[in-house]
Amino acid sequence: MSEKLKPAAAESGSRSNELLREIMSGTPVRIGLSALLGFVIGAIFMAAFNEDVVQTYGTFWSNPLLTFQLAGETILNGYGSLLRGSIFNPMAPDVVGMFRPLTETLRLAAPLIVAGLGVSLGFRVGLFNVGGTGQLVFGLLGVTWVSTRMEMPWGVHLLVALIAGVVFAAVWGGIVGLLKAKTGAHEVIVTIMLNYVALNLFTWFLREPNLLLEENGGGTPKSDPPALTAQMPLILGDSFKLHIGIIIALLAVVTYWWLMERSTIGYRFKLVGHNSHAAKAAGISVERTYIWAMAASAAFIGLAAVNQGLGESGGLTTSIHANIGFDAITVALLGGSKARGVLIAGLVFGAFKAGGPSMQIVGVSPEILGVVQALIVLFVAAPPLVRAIFKLPKKEIV
Amino acid sequence: MAKVEVTPGMFSEREVQASWKTPSVMGFFALLIFVAFGFIGKPETVSFELSEKTDMFFVPNVELASNALNLGLGGLMVAIAGLSVWFTVGNRKTPSWLIIIFGLLGSIGLLGWLAAGSAVPVSFILGTAIVLAVPIVLGALGGVMSERVGVVNIAIEGQLLTGAFMAAVVGTLTKNLWLGALAAMITSAILSMALASLAVKYLVDQIIIGVLINALVIGVTNFLHSEWLASNGETANYPGTFDKIRIPLLSEIPIIGPALFDARITVYLTFVLVPVIWYLLFRTKLGLRARSVGEHPMAADTVGINVARTRFWWVTAGGAIAGLGGAALTIGNVGAFGREMSGGLGFIALAVVILGRWQPFFVSAAALLFGFAIILRIWANQVSPGIPTDFITMIPYLVTLVAVAGFAGKVRAPAASGQPYVKG
Repeated sequence: MSEKLKPAAAESGSRSNELLREIMSGTPVRIGLSALLGFVIGAIFMAAFNEDVVQTYGTFWSNPLLTFQLAGETILNGYGSLLRGSIFNPMAPDVVGMFRPLTETLRLAAPLIVAGLGVSLGFRVGLFNVGGTGQLVFGLLGVTWVSTRMEMPWGVHLLVALIAGVVFAAVWGGIVGLLKAKTGAHEVIVTIMLNYVALNLFTWFLREPNLLLEENGGGTPKSDPPALTAQMPLILGDSFKLHIGIIIALLAVVTYWWLMERSTIGYRFKLVGHNSHAAKAAGISVERTYIWAMAASAAFIGLAAVNQGLGESGGLTTSIHANIGFDAITVALLGGSKARGVLIAGLVFGAFKAGGPSMQIVGVSPEILGVVQALIVLFVAAPPLVRAIFKLPKKEIV
Repeated sequence: MAKVEVTPGMFSEREVQASWKTPSVMGFFALLIFVAFGFIGKPETVSFELSEKTDMFFVPNVELASNALNLGLGGLMVAIAGLSVWFTVGNRKTPSWLIIIFGLLGSIGLLGWLAAGSAVPVSFILGTAIVLAVPIVLGALGGVMSERVGVVNIAIEGQLLTGAFMAAVVGTLTKNLWLGALAAMITSAILSMALASLAVKYLVDQIIIGVLINALVIGVTNFLHSEWLASNGETANYPGTFDKIRIPLLSEIPIIGPALFDARITVYLTFVLVPVIWYLLFRTKLGLRARSVGEHPMAADTVGINVARTRFWWVTAGGAIAGLGGAALTIGNVGAFGREMSGGLGFIALAVVILGRWQPFFVSAAALLFGFAIILRIWANQVSPGIPTDFITMIPYLVTLVAVAGFAGKVRAPAASGQPYVKG
């Protein structure tokens, strides 16, 4: 029965991939409009629930101007402080303070970029990797073990920890590929389950004194800080927290570009993503490609684990994964799964993360950025929405 | 170009061929209980508290040596595993009720091992497991309704969160919990309409839309929580909970009475909704049409069923039920809304849909497994500290993994689940 149905599956599979491709190849105009729409709706939320503005609701009909004035101020304040917190702060007392926001953006963008590349790689092969969190956490297990439980000279230690993170994550991702290839289990559900398994496993490791629990640690699961020899070196001196994570991320972007656009294995990945049955007919083992693709996707996410695990000078808790695994999906969608797009998308969302605290200071909840982020990607991923709102011409789906 | 939109199930391609996975997994667990908990288990006595002194019918506590109990249970489980081997040799599937009994025996064994030297409050654990399972059951029912018509609903998490938020806030503002529950259902249904229309009408990838709806709901509720609820808790986020309703006579049944029939209205609604949805899906014309749309939309279209409309309304109704599940989190259990309080229950519901094979009764049983795992972790920490509870938490996820990877070889999704349908 299932054999007979396979060709039909191939056709519909390739059609939904075309849709995915159409989403991915969003024109700059549409992305620009999506961003605008996201920020506008975010502004409405920001203003409507601001405490000062809320207080003027009672007098709205007698003095609407006041309400609008306060609302305008809130929006300017909110987005203004976002810019000051993420790009350039002209109000800082010294030069270091002025440029610190930009370095913070770069620092926080690095894990988003590498994890975004990982999810993108999956998309290009037709795999939806929702397991970023699990792969990152399992990668952290390797990173933390090497960085807190082993002693090595400077340089070597960092390198070994990096390799451990990438390999651990790749293995965790490879399991997904293996299950999909051998049993046909859908990767979305497998990755979600493995997220929880990895999180619980990591918590257990952090809880056990002879595994990863910090020295003299108590009831809370927390590791020692990474050894000094394993920590990411700072690149702009001690006044900035920016470390070589961003350089690793840039190298990863170049690697991803080469892998997907120039290498044979990348060609194989894309072919399977376009039409797995054509790939099979061309002599490519689809099963093996799924396994390698999931492992490669997770390997990039493992770099994010390295970044998280070695970029801090304090001990790690389970919250260190910082939801990067899920944010990476939005990065990949916004970046159209292309190397350059992911780089830009990662920088944008890194800026959102960097600007959060300064929004908090002026009294605007930085959580609004989560709304803006989700809206932008929703509009980018759902072209019909934006087309309907701005009355853009409909693109033919072939 | 007309295209036939039928594929084997989205989540697993394995079909009827009876596989060796069930007996081998069963054998593994049976031996684990027999050897680890029984043979080398703890000799202390464990006491199962079956009823409280105040109950009308007092049942004396059952007291047993922990290892003897597990030897017995392990033996029974080995026998069931053997039965499953016999079924598989005859190329027949192991019946679901046998798997459920097997799981039940295993759970009792685990309880007996954890509480060696102390007592197991059976009614309390069962009752709490049910309360914790209700949001999962309702979320999963929503998922079943939407997947049965061929739309994958990853957004259950977002729907639960929406429901929880709306129930708490509207319940507080109107001082009427019923309006809160209604608002939860309506808002969550609207969210489903967005999912349905984007997925059905505009053919946007269903999984991507689901993920983004989740992200959006988490963003919006986080923002409203910190900007509004956190500083106005008294006026906006203080709904209280539904009163417990004690059903006379039924609640006096030993063991299960206090657990099942001394509960909040959300629990009772769940008891009603599960069979109702099952009946609708499997015994009515409406349900037959819905399922045909999910299995073979083209055939359904050919006989005159409006595929798009059927999908839209079933997904919407499913959303309303998931919204009620969210309400059960706040006004059906703890009261106030907390930041990201659904905490992954929506994804658990997604797993439960598959584990329960898209069938409301089995789905409820699977949800109960997760509810049981949650309370077990909390309780195990108190009764025998030092037990690595992380592994107990992991069990349901691992079971789901095994199931998805072809447990019993008969996990089969509605054939057209996840496939958009273009009328051709």
